[in-house]
Amino acid sequence: MSETVALKKDSGGSAPGATPLLELRGLRVAYGAIEALKGIDLTVGEGEIVALLGGNGAGKTTTLRTISGMLSPRSGEVLLGGDRIDGIKSHDLVRFGIGHVPEGRRVFPRMSVQENLQMGAYRFKSVDAAQLGRVYELFPRLAERRTQLSGTLSGGEQQMLAIGRALMGKPELLLLDEPSMGLAPLVVQQIFEIIKEINAAGTTVLLVEQNAAQALALADRGYVLETGSIAMSGPAREMLADSRIRAAYLGEGAV
Amino acid sequence: MSLHEFWDFLVLGVVLGSIYAVIAIGYTLVYGVLQLINFAHSEVFMLGAYGGVLALTAVEPGSNPSALGSVAYVALGIGAGAALGALTAFGLERAAYRPLRRHGAPRLIFLITAIGASFFLFNLAGKLFGRDPTSVPEMYDNNTVATVFGAQLKTTQVLLLASAVVMMVGLDLIVHRTKLGAGIRAVSQDAEVASLMGVDIDKVVSRTFVIGGLLGGAAGFLYGNFVSQVKFDMGFIPGITAFAAAVVGGIGNIRGAMLGGLMLGIVETLTVPLFGDEWRNVGAFVVLILVLMFRPTGILGERVGRTA
Repeated sequence: MSETVALKKDSGGSAPGATPLLELRGLRVAYGAIEALKGIDLTVGEGEIVALLGGNGAGKTTTLRTISGMLSPRSGEVLLGGDRIDGIKSHDLVRFGIGHVPEGRRVFPRMSVQENLQMGAYRFKSVDAAQLGRVYELFPRLAERRTQLSGTLSGGEQQMLAIGRALMGKPELLLLDEPSMGLAPLVVQQIFEIIKEINAAGTTVLLVEQNAAQALALADRGYVLETGSIAMSGPAREMLADSRIRAAYLGEGAV
Repeated sequence: MSLHEFWDFLVLGVVLGSIYAVIAIGYTLVYGVLQLINFAHSEVFMLGAYGGVLALTAVEPGSNPSALGSVAYVALGIGAGAALGALTAFGLERAAYRPLRRHGAPRLIFLITAIGASFFLFNLAGKLFGRDPTSVPEMYDNNTVATVFGAQLKTTQVLLLASAVVMMVGLDLIVHRTKLGAGIRAVSQDAEVASLMGVDIDKVVSRTFVIGGLLGGAAGFLYGNFVSQVKFDMGFIPGITAFAAAVVGGIGNIRGAMLGGLMLGIVETLTVPLFGDEWRNVGAFVVLILVLMFRPTGILGERVGRTA
């Protein structure tokens, strides 16, 4: 399935013709001789939740890592609010308002919950107490455990912490890499609820997921990556109904 | 060994151990941020010792300095030692290690570079300052200033112990209370994610070397003063012992380095009256082997490697 679902109409928050918050143009990324992204185009409008789906090794994580400056594209462009940001190092990119919640959560294990959140605000001169309060309000569990070492938290709590830590940097664009990975269904539901809340409060979200059904239920639009190329894209609702997606990613009708 | 002698040696051991602790911090800090054993740290220590001695020789302390003069000389020696140590460490990182990181060199290349840098530096020092020992100018009268359980503490020992404690407390505050310290800890735990938070890894690494160099250089001068002389190869044994101390305490763990340093200093010193001076360095390394047999990650060591 290489053809793209011909549904380009934006169902998200951005007005047609407006500059998208994030745009990838012909992005190619390679690890040595292996091309992980073979020229992908993708946009995320301001205020949207966009889901980036696909199996293992499809290039989802590579896409996020390229956006946040950990990888440099071989060719193509990354634009944030119309300005090129590819080639900027990741530690400088946080100033542009990108928050990245990495795959596997990767909290700082030997720091307390509070210290992890403070690290999230590293780009600022000092930690904004109001923002810290908002994060604790969003994740009361973290507030209860603020002095606990993060390495001792449960998987769900670590995921909350990783998201909270990214929010401490006050991102405009939040990149989430498989937030549901390894979590119990109930916890996944909680996390997805919170992503919805964060988005409702004005943060744009690019969500990478293997859990296609839940991601599409949450998202405005979706893209499917297959071995480094965009195989499909469109409004989430229509993708959710698409028989090919159901067959390939939702484990239905493949008989 | 009488009880009286025991106390004497124990006090000496604590003094020597506090120096090892300060040097060990340099190894463990750098290991934390780069997973690199900086074997050239022993030369940071040696050059720090020369830095202090050269600065003192330049001002030529008189034979009977006033109390105030003594304090000034000591401060000058420690300051110059710390400065040259920091400069050496900074230079090492820039000239030797940073280019390797740029090219993503394998771990083994870092190791051999560290050893090469060490040989280069101590032979350079031998060429510049001569291969014979240089004596450390007298900065004060080395009187007994205190008696602990019958053990007499001389000015030099008190000075060394007090400086070491100040440095360790200061370092602990930097690491746990400042933004730079948070950056250092974050890079040690997950460098990539730290950079996602806005931490400039190069900057943190460079500053980590400088901090290790300040401590190592000052320790070098204090040690030189303790043994009354400095020499181009003086860094080797204390360097290796402090490295062992960092491993005993748990490499990467700062408080572990302090504990390990103190332990090895005490063991080394107590070995002398029990088995004879020629066994001095054997004791410390037997402890290293024993600790690693039963706790491969060191006393306060955590799991090695990064958590994914």
